Amino acid sequence: TCEYNYVLSCISCEPRVLSLQNILSLILFLLPASALTTGIYMIFSTKPEMATQEVQPNETLTNLKAESDTLKTKLEDERAKLHDVELHQVAEKVDGLGQFIMKTRRTLKGHGNKVLCMDWCKDKRRIVSSSQDGKVIVWDAFTTNKEHAVTMPCTWVMACAYAPSGCAVACGGLDNKCSVYPLSLDKNENLAAKKKSVAMHTNYLSACSFTNSDMQILTSSGDGTCALWDVESGQLLQSFHGHAADVLCLDLAPSETGNTFVSGGCDKKANVWDMRSGQCIQSFETHESDINSVRYYPSGDAFASGSDDATCRLYDLRADREVAIYSKESIIFGASSVDFSLSGRLLFGGYNDYTINVWDVLKGTRVSILFGHENRVSTLRLSPDGTAFCSGSWDHTLRIWA
Amino acid sequence: MCDHRCFVYEIVKMSGSSNLVAMKKIVQQLRFEASINRVKVSQAAADLQQFCMQNALQDPLLTGVSSSTNPFRPQKVCSFL
Repeated sequence: TCEYNYVLSCISCEPRVLSLQNILSLILFLLPASALTTGIYMIFSTKPEMATQEVQPNETLTNLKAESDTLKTKLEDERAKLHDVELHQVAEKVDGLGQFIMKTRRTLKGHGNKVLCMDWCKDKRRIVSSSQDGKVIVWDAFTTNKEHAVTMPCTWVMACAYAPSGCAVACGGLDNKCSVYPLSLDKNENLAAKKKSVAMHTNYLSACSFTNSDMQILTSSGDGTCALWDVESGQLLQSFHGHAADVLCLDLAPSETGNTFVSGGCDKKANVWDMRSGQCIQSFETHESDINSVRYYPSGDAFASGSDDATCRLYDLRADREVAIYSKESIIFGASSVDFSLSGRLLFGGYNDYTINVWDVLKGTRVSILFGHENRVSTLRLSPDGTAFCSGSWDHTLRIWA
Repeated sequence: MCDHRCFVYEIVKMSGSSNLVAMKKIVQQLRFEASINRVKVSQAAADLQQFCMQNALQDPLLTGVSSSTNPFRPQKVCSFL
């Protein structure tokens, strides 16, 4: 007996092998969507004999598998050849960092459940945060006042982002969507009324980020894909396929370094993508568990990742390999979020053991450990001018450290 | 560009080992990744270090910022005599 699998392909996308159940649910999902009311759909099947006629004689499965193995070995060899020294060896002559004192300077209280995500506004004082209780709150971090609050129609709002203009916020989670809310100066106005649904995935939204303008949003999802959307029309501009499991995080390259972004997923891989072509240009697989957070080094030549394997790692894009691991035997809980200081010398990691570890990026040593949260640290971002960072936690609060 | 409005869907039944298309994609991706130019770690590490050093003075968390310029640090309290 033959087992049938299905291949979904369209004229402008890469073919994907899907099970029958996935194909059916994809069709049911796509047909009613408002963006698809115009256009012609053709669905037809070909007999198995016709399908096999298209296969090139030298591209049988075994040959391809062999070539794949050869290429993987070749990649490992190429990367190993250039591995002539460790980062911390190069940094031996650098002065060590002095004693590092950072304290909680503000505590933002108001969420009714776990804080899952936060983002800074470019004005360096406003913050947007989202929570398991379905609420998205905009705070003034200087005064700790709440400026806006939105109740989402779903719980577990896992992603939120501030627009570059400071005039809107985007958020989403278990509703599988990313919605944009324009922020009104009128405190009494109901923000939910002006909500715009932008992104639609087939599983939960794990992360979102505006690109350089308010006009485009990049999203990542539990459906294993990332996507770039036009905010005004809700149109899908580009989709990124390559992860084999849920994508949990993404970060855009600093604008000077061009149109790329990095994503991390439950398949333990971190992928670097070209935003225009949709192609995966580099892939790194050295973590031993889910990658919860990725963040570019300020120069754009490297990125850090935090994972459930209790390590943070630094990957250099030009050397195309991992160049540092930030770990200690005493750290056994996963890292949920990472961010760099402005110069890239410090790496802040929020962990599931309620602490924040501060690492010397060059020397690979831990500089400080910050206590204060009473539950997992779930999100962490440096302020735009680098004077402070904000952490959000399952203890329902956000803390500003400086 | 991937525009939902002009998709043409083609569902193809493939018998037996239907992972052929997926495998082709994997090999194509690996060929691409194998072809990129790489630099030595010593060079890359030196560049990372240089960036840190060049920007160290502009990093408020490294240099420490006084309360007058860091809005989050507590201000000294003024007292009227």
